[in-house]
Amino acid sequence: MNEQISKASVGQAVEPAPRKKSAFARLTQVRELTIALVIILLMVILSLVSPTFLTADNLITTFLGIVMMGIISVGMTIALVSGGFDLSVGSVMSMSGVLAGMLALNGMNIWLAALIAMIASLLSGALTGWFIGKVKINPFIMTLGMQGVIQGVAYVITQGAPLSVTGMAPSFLFLGQGTLFGIPTLIWIMLVIVLIGDYLMRHAVAARKVYYIGSNENAAFLSGIAVSQVKTWIYIMTALLAGLAGVLTLSRFSVAAPTAGVGMELQAIAACIIGGASLTGGEGTVLGALLGSILVGTVNDALVLLNVSVYWQSLVTGLVLIGAVTFDVLTHWQKA
Amino acid sequence: MSTLLRIRGITKAFPGTLALNDVSLEFNAGEVHALMGENGAGKSTLLNILTGSLRSDQGEILINDRLVSFRSSLEVRKGGISIVHQELGLFPELSVAENILVGQTPSRFGLLDRKRMLHIAQELLSQFQVEFGLNTLVRDLSVSQQQIVEIAKALALDAHTYIFDEPTSTLSGDDVERLFQVIRGLRKKQKAIIYVSHKFSEIFQISDRISILRDGQLVGTGLASEMDTEGIIKAMVGRTLDRIYPEKGKPGDEVLLEVSHLSAGTKCMDISFKLFRGEILGIFGLVGSGRTEIVRALTGVDRKQSGQIRLDDKEVNIRTVRDSIDLGMYYLTEDRKKQGLFLKLAIGDNVAVTHLGNIASLGMIRKQKVEEVSTGVLRDLRVKASSVSQQVGSLSGGNQQKVMVGKWLSKAPKIVILDEPTRGIDVGAKAEIHQLLRRLANEGIGVIMISSELPEIVGLSDRVMVVHKGHFTGELTGPDVNDETIMTLASGLDAHAERGVGIE
Repeated sequence: MNEQISKASVGQAVEPAPRKKSAFARLTQVRELTIALVIILLMVILSLVSPTFLTADNLITTFLGIVMMGIISVGMTIALVSGGFDLSVGSVMSMSGVLAGMLALNGMNIWLAALIAMIASLLSGALTGWFIGKVKINPFIMTLGMQGVIQGVAYVITQGAPLSVTGMAPSFLFLGQGTLFGIPTLIWIMLVIVLIGDYLMRHAVAARKVYYIGSNENAAFLSGIAVSQVKTWIYIMTALLAGLAGVLTLSRFSVAAPTAGVGMELQAIAACIIGGASLTGGEGTVLGALLGSILVGTVNDALVLLNVSVYWQSLVTGLVLIGAVTFDVLTHWQKA
Repeated sequence: MSTLLRIRGITKAFPGTLALNDVSLEFNAGEVHALMGENGAGKSTLLNILTGSLRSDQGEILINDRLVSFRSSLEVRKGGISIVHQELGLFPELSVAENILVGQTPSRFGLLDRKRMLHIAQELLSQFQVEFGLNTLVRDLSVSQQQIVEIAKALALDAHTYIFDEPTSTLSGDDVERLFQVIRGLRKKQKAIIYVSHKFSEIFQISDRISILRDGQLVGTGLASEMDTEGIIKAMVGRTLDRIYPEKGKPGDEVLLEVSHLSAGTKCMDISFKLFRGEILGIFGLVGSGRTEIVRALTGVDRKQSGQIRLDDKEVNIRTVRDSIDLGMYYLTEDRKKQGLFLKLAIGDNVAVTHLGNIASLGMIRKQKVEEVSTGVLRDLRVKASSVSQQVGSLSGGNQQKVMVGKWLSKAPKIVILDEPTRGIDVGAKAEIHQLLRRLANEGIGVIMISSELPEIVGLSDRVMVVHKGHFTGELTGPDVNDETIMTLASGLDAHAERGVGIE
């Protein structure tokens, strides 16, 4: 039969000439590598400018600053890859922290309180995911709405004031305040989540479905993927990780503030996009999101070291995001 | 007679196919010039170049003997060319009047001059007999009403050349006649008119000159009065049928699939048919006839209202696409890029999507397995690709189609249903797909093929079902499988005589 076909293929097939790619263009295709190089470059410059930069203490401080962003970015990467995103993660983080804190203040075992906070986060994610997946409400609208709803829950629980939580079990405080091999437990937790997340996003069948949906939802549906079900799970994941971040924040500061997660959704989205995820879906890695978080964290740290007022942070983060995306668009132009 | 628009030596290549090869044409003032050719002959590419959506690799366009170069549709409009697109380009949320005058809305002091807008729009629409108001939103119109708006929109532009790309595919007979009057009016005003259509009756009614494209080349041009249908078909096809299509099969009498009284909306009403093992069943219908809706309801893509389906003599319940897939009945969509493939992902990923259950252990994908399956697809279907990690979006249309077919064939099909399997792919790849479908049928797989290309339906199918307005209007076998009979049934001309006859 193959012979038949070869005889039949007498059409005027014109082979396109292979496009030559410059070494630069090829390098920029590995997004993670590009960001890693930018981070290293930034670090070299910083260590020349400020002798305190390359000290263990300062690096640990920098990393500690991005733990929550890093954890939430893992979930956000999944949402972005599917072609959606989650604006409610900051609220869920706040709600989870204050719920656990409030329960603990009322005498509940802190571990049980944390578990209940996580379950509440899960329910919030399931609700979001169900509306997006089954009812087919646009993720922007749905998660914007949930941002308001869940933030409202956090305010109602606390009546707006931060809760100072005392008497939590030392085993729980170890999560947010302890160290392991000289490095804060929080950083270990983030690294483990990132590594597991990255591995699963590259190899797990479930994660592959997310890439399929983000790349072409119609084709995924016609190929037999249960699109609405997968979407529900995506928002459960984002909410669970946000809830975890809230519990860890409580453990770190022994304070549950209803504003703990405010603005976190935009930071996480920025980190993911800088790390190579695309708002149109189908692209993005957890490792990229971590590197994006590190880049944002390093820039913020640089501002501190250079004695720039903290009020500049938001401005600079915004510029880094726009710069990274412009760079991405330009390299895509080169490819086209 | 003066030449308004002239193209010289236009050449355009896409990866894997030469869409236009050194085409030169002249369009004269006061002349209706028809462009004909099979699907994929290069008509659309030529129109896209004329209207600035594509740039040619070589060649030039001259208007009134002045060289022009269009980079956008705005420049085309300024250059005096107006087009009625085959695919509607209207704004559904805006009113009829606003749509007609888009881009040239009358204004006073920067504000919308609603009165003048309604006046101009009314004047343009009055050439047709329409039952909708100027303030109606376009989304509330039927497809043929929208087509009239699209035509009025093109007429609103004061151009020297008007292009009509299959303007009548959704129009009723009366509206077609009115359109022809409009076109004759334009001709009287010494405009150049380019008219693209598949319908011979129309072509001979309206055109003064006919040019024929085949495989990207101009194969004939001349006065309409000196040409006949037979000559044009010969020029369009340019080869005898039996040379390009594989031999027909010898399907047995074992019923593989039996569909009874399938209904889903107005595009699929009381559909009953059988599919035999080893058979290629062609389903033909005009645009909007319901040919796609029927198979979408059958395969659970769209919800069906009623109907029984028996597969291998067992009643099956298909409620979702997954049910259909689990039964080994696969639907390959007509819209390869929007619904069939993951263009951003690698070939391997595209193939793997149908195999997620078999290529993983403990929920983790085994790369080696993906490689095995997708390498097999590349080899069996002769896909021209550097490796399985090449992005599918970078392949030519024909090779993309092969990947889409391959991802399902590698999953042991019982029945494959292909919607427009050769749309937009080059002749060579087309022949390969045809050979492949015949081989599948010979291996005992049931093949259902929907196509809007008559030669393909006639050349490949063992049996043909014709759809008109959501009903089967006939079942044809043997010598009845010919262009004329099929077209008659598809236009609903013989519906009463034939309906029911073939179905039992």
